[in-house]
Amino acid sequence: MFPELIPARQLRRAIDNWVEELVANYADTLELLSQPFLDLLIWIEQLLRQSPWWAVVGAVIAITFAVSRRWKLSLAMGALLSCIGLLGLWDKGMQTLALMIMATGLSVAIGIPLGILMARINWLRQIMLPVLDVMQTMPSFVYLIPVVMLFGLGKIPAIIATVVYAVPPLIRLTDLGIRLVDAEVLEASRAFGANSRQQLFGVQLPLALPNIMAGINQTTMMALSMVVIASMIGARGLGQEVLLGINRLEVGRGLLAGLAIVVLAIIFDRITQAFGQRQQARRGA
Amino acid sequence: MSKIEVKGIYKLFGKQPQKWLAAAQSGMSKEALLKESGHTLGLRDISLNIEEGSIHVIMGLSGSGKSTLIRHFNRLIEPTAGKILVDGQDVTALSRRELELFRQQKMSMVFQRFGLFPHRSVLDNAAYGLKVQGVERALREEKAMYWLDQVGLKGFEKQFPHQLSGGMQQRVGLARALATDAEILLMDEAFSALDPLIRREMQDQLLALQEKLHKTIVFITHDLDEALRLGNRIAILKDGELVQEGTSEDILLRPATDYVAAFLQDVNRSKVLTAAHAIHGGIPRLAPNSTPAEAVSAMAEAKQDYSAVLADGKLQGVLTLAAAQQAASQNSAIDTQLVEVAQVKGHTPLEEILGDLLTNKQPAAVVDEDGQYRGMLARSKVAELLGAQVV
Repeated sequence: MFPELIPARQLRRAIDNWVEELVANYADTLELLSQPFLDLLIWIEQLLRQSPWWAVVGAVIAITFAVSRRWKLSLAMGALLSCIGLLGLWDKGMQTLALMIMATGLSVAIGIPLGILMARINWLRQIMLPVLDVMQTMPSFVYLIPVVMLFGLGKIPAIIATVVYAVPPLIRLTDLGIRLVDAEVLEASRAFGANSRQQLFGVQLPLALPNIMAGINQTTMMALSMVVIASMIGARGLGQEVLLGINRLEVGRGLLAGLAIVVLAIIFDRITQAFGQRQQARRGA
Repeated sequence: MSKIEVKGIYKLFGKQPQKWLAAAQSGMSKEALLKESGHTLGLRDISLNIEEGSIHVIMGLSGSGKSTLIRHFNRLIEPTAGKILVDGQDVTALSRRELELFRQQKMSMVFQRFGLFPHRSVLDNAAYGLKVQGVERALREEKAMYWLDQVGLKGFEKQFPHQLSGGMQQRVGLARALATDAEILLMDEAFSALDPLIRREMQDQLLALQEKLHKTIVFITHDLDEALRLGNRIAILKDGELVQEGTSEDILLRPATDYVAAFLQDVNRSKVLTAAHAIHGGIPRLAPNSTPAEAVSAMAEAKQDYSAVLADGKLQGVLTLAAAQQAASQNSAIDTQLVEVAQVKGHTPLEEILGDLLTNKQPAAVVDEDGQYRGMLARSKVAELLGAQVV
């Protein structure tokens, strides 16, 4: 037996107490703070669900064309999205899509600034790297427990769990992208008297964009892989169908919903990739 | 007055440069310093004066500290000790904001691997310095267009850098640097990445531009031919120390150390040295109305057997001693005895006149661009200048 140096039981109890105290004192405040996010998510969801299906398909085609300038790809994306409707999963698909858009948007809002800070401040990078490792490897159920305790079941904890799991690649790739910017190009901007804001927005971010887009791509993929777990804590949508399929041993239900998730993944992937590629093609890399 | 004064610059790379500065100042060798402290000595006690309107070349092999030194001029690298004065103002004392303004207005820079912004068009690249200054779009694009035209890139404004050849990319770099109207141009191995033919072309273009613009140019290179071709003055660095500083003639004819001499071995002197270098100092000059007796005595005094006859600074012809004596005996004017000789421009490389010099026994005169007489070409001096190479 390994000698018991730290009394594990007491440690566990201490952590439990701390979280319980947190829940008792701050749950209301946190709920209040998260309300705007919830409102936004519900608004997106309503928009997607109440719009006619062809409007949503049209929007996806338009967005794909705007970022890729390729007609074939754009029409293929529209056709793929229609497949979700053909499988009879349109409404659930839209719920999941809303969750994805929200999670991706939040990840971008958190991930890119953090990545920028990491690239600029060395000590922050030293701290962030192990934190990111933990975020990516810690089983999500572990932080689902306190998150559910704090926010209750529903959409907000689902979003938080998804973002925690999905944001690390974006932070890492933003940091990497900025560090990979050609030193001589950055030096040129300094030599012409650019201040740090001009360096960041005029040189570093535009040149890191292909890497950042790869990060956003990774983030959406990882967010989609979280939908089943998110549905366990009350997020509706395709994940819920998979969960039902598991519970009732209905393979068909699970498979179709699974396919619909894959379709969403392909759409997100192709759109973000096409954007990154076009950026890169313009500068001949 | 000097445009740029470099005063006692030291640069140590490492964790605690200040702690080891005294050791470096007391003359500890680069190797010993690295071994004892883990610090690399980048520059040791560099002092230089760079004159306004001149091209000052800083030359050295890789690792000699030349690129480190040029980055001190606009403080892309901070010195460990020492000062840089530009127009009498200490660059090392500028605050961050002052430094940004200084870089925007006083100095611009051209980079070895061009340092162009791949995501901006050629026009936007050329206009970058002005954009940083906050110049409005229409005005900065107009200026950028002008300079792109000056460097021969009209019609390429909408292209992106990767669509251009290396030489054209560096022209964009040059246009970008010129567009800010900075008085000082820093060129860090600007032509080293180009192939020889293009490099030569760019050198010619730089010299042509300099004749119009009279900027103060600091030019870094590892290529001695380039240094001799471009530089009004040349500073040679070795292992972070200044070995010699002077005109190309000083360097070529009076190398200060064995290192410089070894450097010079591979130089094709006949390419670098020009007719102006080989002027004979002692040839007497006569006016067309001099008497034969005056001519004879002038030549006898100078111990020369011919003299140049000038009117309004232009060569009328050469009078030999024999012809002068004959004129004296016949009592005729000297201008009936003049012999026409070949004339070469002062900047002609010796290489190009060597053939003529060997086949033609006649003396030749050296003139400047306007045809003004500079002196007679001395065969013995040509032999001496070129012969030194063999030794």
